[in-house]
Amino acid sequence: MRLTEEQTKNRRSRSIAIAWALAALAALFFVVTIVRLGANVLNRPF
Amino acid sequence: MSDTSLDIDRTELETSPAYCAGDVSDFFALMKPRVMSLVIFTALVGIVVAPGTLHPVIACTALLCIAVGAGASGALNMWYDADIDAIMQRTAARPVPRGRVSPGEALTFGTVLAVGSVLTLGLLVNWISAALLALTIGFYLFIYTMWLKRRTPQNIVIGGAAGAFPPMIGWAAVTGTVSLESMVLFLLIFMWTPPHFWALALYRSRDYERAGIPMLPVTAGHDVTRRHILIYSLILGPTGLAPFIVGLGGILYAVSATALGAVFIALAIRVYNRREGRAAEQAAKKLFSFSILYLLALFAVLLVEHVLDGLVVTGA
Repeated sequence: MRLTEEQTKNRRSRSIAIAWALAALAALFFVVTIVRLGANVLNRPF
Repeated sequence: MSDTSLDIDRTELETSPAYCAGDVSDFFALMKPRVMSLVIFTALVGIVVAPGTLHPVIACTALLCIAVGAGASGALNMWYDADIDAIMQRTAARPVPRGRVSPGEALTFGTVLAVGSVLTLGLLVNWISAALLALTIGFYLFIYTMWLKRRTPQNIVIGGAAGAFPPMIGWAAVTGTVSLESMVLFLLIFMWTPPHFWALALYRSRDYERAGIPMLPVTAGHDVTRRHILIYSLILGPTGLAPFIVGLGGILYAVSATALGAVFIALAIRVYNRREGRAAEQAAKKLFSFSILYLLALFAVLLVEHVLDGLVVTGA
């Protein structure tokens, strides 16, 4: 199946949006973990 | 009324576009951004008026999850209703009927967002609010969209519960519980929904009739709908004062709710009295527009009162 120029452009913009969303989700989990742990994030058993 | 009365066969839509033609904006449109903005606002008020505090990052996370959950409901609704959306003038330009996004893609998109938003809310905020969000999405999809919408003129009366949950979810994000106060916020939106949508249905009844949706003006006629709008408005007026009675709102809220409720009832009376021609349509349109302002204003006053209270307490 050969994609038109517009379809290729749209697929690229969708892929970029998915990448941003996944990066934002990872960042969100990281930030919330830091917020929840607070200073305890520095406590290491070793 | 059965789905077979519809002009467009669902299977036609299931198989329509061979390749996804939509760009990011089409997928964003699937999330019904205007509905989402009202959901975000009412959920924000639920978070702000709830007793206790929530770290701003956690609060923003809760709002984001609620917004994405609402967007998921919109996408799943557009997947299931693609056949009737194509018939109605108001919804014909949505991404699925236009062929920009296939129903299968809308289903996948909605499902991923629904599962993702509920799990994220549960993991990062709390599981009570996540359960409420899951209930909201499930109620909107299974109870309203799939069951009630095409079968009964009471569709938006019962289905309205889905739109009433967001402030309750916001409240639960802070407190981890469901309480009388949050149920009062739920009740306010629940009672507001029927007159709001029936006002719209009065001047869009042909659209609904062509699509085979049994909205009240289609099944019972315009006069009965006008009577129902008036009855619900008379109940909504006093219901608007409930947040004041349970201590959520102060004097400013009580005065605002009284004045706005009076205007709502006056506009409902006008809809009831003006039954013919352009005057009738104008009255319905005016009530519909005002109903949006009514809800936004009541929640805005609650928000302002609580923000001001917070400033006084902290001595800012």
